[in-house]
Amino acid sequence: MALYESVFIARQDISSTQAEQLADQFTEIITGNGGEVKQREIWGLRNLAYRIKKNRKGHYIMFHIDAPSDAVQEMERNMRINEDVLRYMTIRMDELPEGPSVMMQVRSERPDRGGRRGGPGGGPGGGRFGDGPPRGRRDEERKSDAPSDDAPASKSEDTPTEAKTGGDE
Amino acid sequence: MTTLNISRAAVRRPFMRRRKSCPFSGTSAPKIDYKDTKLLQRFLSERGKIVPSRITAVSAKKQRLLATAIKRARFLALLPYVGT
Repeated sequence: MALYESVFIARQDISSTQAEQLADQFTEIITGNGGEVKQREIWGLRNLAYRIKKNRKGHYIMFHIDAPSDAVQEMERNMRINEDVLRYMTIRMDELPEGPSVMMQVRSERPDRGGRRGGPGGGPGGGRFGDGPPRGRRDEERKSDAPSDDAPASKSEDTPTEAKTGGDE
Repeated sequence: MTTLNISRAAVRRPFMRRRKSCPFSGTSAPKIDYKDTKLLQRFLSERGKIVPSRITAVSAKKQRLLATAIKRARFLALLPYVGT
């Protein structure tokens, strides 16, 4: 039997208990076809990076599966049919990681992140770029930034980063 | 011998830029995982494009893994295909 990691996104309109029932349903399909669900992770209602079938949010659920390919195919077939499932992805793994995934750690460590992203509906990536540019050349930015300090803080943060990416070429 | 080497390097490259090492190789390197959006985000431009490895200094092998991870994350709407 092979190891898989499967993630699916359920519609935002259903409740979290319904999403769990959906997960139970898929788990049954796996076990019914001679497989086993090693681990289930519920990432909860997360904001989508872009709209899928008019949905801005979705319930994310992940499985770690040890099952024959028939079972996985049957589960995927059911996911295609089920209209509550927006999207699914199953990946073959060489080995299943132990313990909770990054997703669970992030959520528990940084509760502020969820609140900020869930703010205005207009800008899905609004707060993200405030986190700052990842790469170096900080000193250059500050130098160019210093004379035009009168601009608002958020604006002055954005413009030098754009100039920076252009200058990298 | 050592002094000679240093001086030659200095002549050839007046603005010595230290060669950055790959952020994914080494003992305490993070694992490339499509679920780790916080990590993947560092290798995306503001528009959501994958940043070339010559800027981020990711090794070719890891860049390939990184690209698949980012594409998986995009498919699951964890990362945007186009950002602002």
